Amino acid sequence: MTDMMLDIKNLQVSIPTDRGTLNAVRGVDLSISAGKTLCLVGESGCGKSLTATAIIGLLPRYAKVTTERFAMAGQDLTARTEARLAKMRGRDVAMIFQDPTSTLNPTLTIGRQLTEGVMRAERLSRKEADARAIEMLDRVGIANPAARLVQYPHGFSGGQRQRIMIASALMGRPKLLIADEPTTALDVTIQAQILALLDELQSDLGLSLLLITHDLGVVASIADEVAVMYAGRIAERAPVKDLFRAPQHPYTRGLLAAIPVPGQTPRGSELPAIPGRVPGLVGPLKGCAFRDRCSFAGEICGQDPVPGHAPAPGRFVECHKAAEVAA
Amino acid sequence: MLPFLSKRLLVALLVCVTVSALSFGLMFLSGDPAIAIAGSGGRAEDAEAIRVAYGFDRPLIVQYLDWIGSALTGDLGQSIYFNVPVTEIIGNRVGVTLTLGFVSFIVALAIAVPLGVAAALRPNGWIDRIALVIAVSGQAIPSFWLGLMTIVVFGVWYGMVPISGAESWQGYILPVIVLSYYAIPELMRITRSGMIDVLATDYVRAARAKGLPMHLVITRHALRNAILPLVSLAAVQLGQLLSGSIVIESVFALNGLGRLAWESLLRSDLPVVQAIILILSLLYVVLTTLADVLNATLDPRLRGAS
Repeated sequence: MTDMMLDIKNLQVSIPTDRGTLNAVRGVDLSISAGKTLCLVGESGCGKSLTATAIIGLLPRYAKVTTERFAMAGQDLTARTEARLAKMRGRDVAMIFQDPTSTLNPTLTIGRQLTEGVMRAERLSRKEADARAIEMLDRVGIANPAARLVQYPHGFSGGQRQRIMIASALMGRPKLLIADEPTTALDVTIQAQILALLDELQSDLGLSLLLITHDLGVVASIADEVAVMYAGRIAERAPVKDLFRAPQHPYTRGLLAAIPVPGQTPRGSELPAIPGRVPGLVGPLKGCAFRDRCSFAGEICGQDPVPGHAPAPGRFVECHKAAEVAA
Repeated sequence: MLPFLSKRLLVALLVCVTVSALSFGLMFLSGDPAIAIAGSGGRAEDAEAIRVAYGFDRPLIVQYLDWIGSALTGDLGQSIYFNVPVTEIIGNRVGVTLTLGFVSFIVALAIAVPLGVAAALRPNGWIDRIALVIAVSGQAIPSFWLGLMTIVVFGVWYGMVPISGAESWQGYILPVIVLSYYAIPELMRITRSGMIDVLATDYVRAARAKGLPMHLVITRHALRNAILPLVSLAAVQLGQLLSGSIVIESVFALNGLGRLAWESLLRSDLPVVQAIILILSLLYVVLTTLADVLNATLDPRLRGAS
C-alpha cells in the first residue's frame, strides 16, 4: 500500500441536528494512488464536500467522524488525533476551496498569507519563504510575483486569487491536494485555465489530486478515476473512460443523460433531469437510497445491504440490479 | 493612505465647524442672554447695558467669529457665575474625568475583548452563558443603583474603599467598576458577534488548512478582522466615558466635567456649558477620526491600498 496517497475505508460523518442525527456520509471508501487524480462527483448535499473536509480534519467540532481505516501520505491516521492531522495540514495535504474571493484574508498581504505556514512548519527565514512564494506564484502564472507579495487580495481578480490559493496550497510541497469545487465560482474561460493549471501542476509535481466537483465536463478533462457519490455513499467508482463509456449505476446513467447536448436536445423541450428528490438523511435509511428515483427499482431494492459488485478490474458499483442495468 | 487621511481630516474639520456653530447657538437657545443675565428683577436699561457690555448687540456672525477666534487662542470666555476664565474652571475639573474615563475604558476593554473572544469560540458554551449574564445584567442595571449598592456594600459594610471623593486613588475604584461594568456589555457583544462571523469565513478555514495552530488563526486571521467594528464602537464608548458620567460623578461626589456641566446648567452659567459642550464634541470628532484611521491601518480596503 506504499503507493497509496489516500486510503479510506468506511468513512462516516454524522451531524447532530434539531430533528435528529444527520448521517451525511454513510460509509465511504476512497483511495488515490500517488500522482493520480480522483474526481468525487455528486449533486449538492450528497456529502462530497463533507468527505473532503473530514479528510483534512477541518469539520466543526460537533460533526462526528469515524473510519475503519484512514491512511494518508504514508501515515496511518485511523486513530486520528487532531494534533497529528494539524501537523500534516499544509505539508502532506493541502486544500483549496470553492470561492477564491473569500478564502484569502482581506487584511493581510499575499506574501504574508503564502509564507506564514511554511515559516512556522519548516522554520524558514523570511527571505527563504519569500523566495519560495515567488517561485510558487510564478509557477501558477502570476506575473511579476516579487512585486505582488506586498499587495492585498482585493487587488486581484477571481481567477488570479484562485491561482494564489493554489500557490498557497503548494507552499508546503504537499503530496496530496484536495480541491473542493475549485472552478465553480469562476467564469467559464477562467475555469478552463485553472483546470489546465491543476492538471499541469499535478503531472509536474507528481501530486495526488482529490477533486470535488459536480461538473462532469471537469471530470472528463482531468480525472484518472471517478467516484460518483449519492446520499452519503459511493454509488459507482471507475476509471474515467470506463465510466463515461459504460456507466453501471442507474444514478450515473441519469447524471450522464442529464448533460444537454447541442443539436441533440431539441430546442424548447424540457432539459433531461433525474426525477424525484434526494432522500432525507436524518435517521436510518433502509435499502438503496436511489430507489425512489430509479427506473430499475424493484422489491429487492428496499433491502439491506445493497450489494457491491466489481464488474471489471478497478471498477465498483453498488446496486441490487447491477446485472440488469449492465445488460 | 494619504488621500484617505486628507479626506477624513477634511470631514473632521467640517464637523468641527458645525459643532462649534451649534454650541455657539446654545447661548441663544433659552432666549435673550442679556435678559437672562440681568435676572428676573432686571430692568430694560440693565439688559441693554449688559447687551452692549457683552457685545450681544453685534450681528450674530460677528459674535460667532469673535467667539471662535478667542476659542482658538484658548480663551473660552468668563464664567458668569464665578467671574473667572472658563478654561481655569474646566482645567480644575478635567483631570478627574479623564482619569475616570480612561481607566474605566481600559478595564472594560481588558475584560470585554477576551471574554467576547472566548464566548465566540464556543457559542452556547459555559463561558458564553456567563458572558451573556454579565451583558444582560450590565445593560439592565441602572448605573446609579449599582453605584449606590457598591457604596453600601464595599464602602459602608466592609469599609474597604472610600465612599466618595477623589482625594486618593482608592476613591476611583468603585466609580471605575461601575462605569466599566456599564461599558462592557456592548464591547463584549460586538467582539463576540464579530468573532463568530469571522471564524465562519473561508479564510479562517483556509488558514487552518495551512496547518497554522489555532491560537495564530485566532489572533492573526480572526481577531484582526473581528475588531474592525469594535474599534468604531470603542471610540464612541470612550467618548461617552470621557464626557463624564453626570450620574456616576454625582453618586461618588467626584468633581469632574459631568458634574460641572450639571451645576453650570442649574446656575445658567452658559459660557461654561458652552465650553464643555464644545470640548466634548471636539473630543468625539477626534476619537471617531482616530478610530477611522486605526481601522484603515488594519484594513487595506478602507484606505484604498492595492
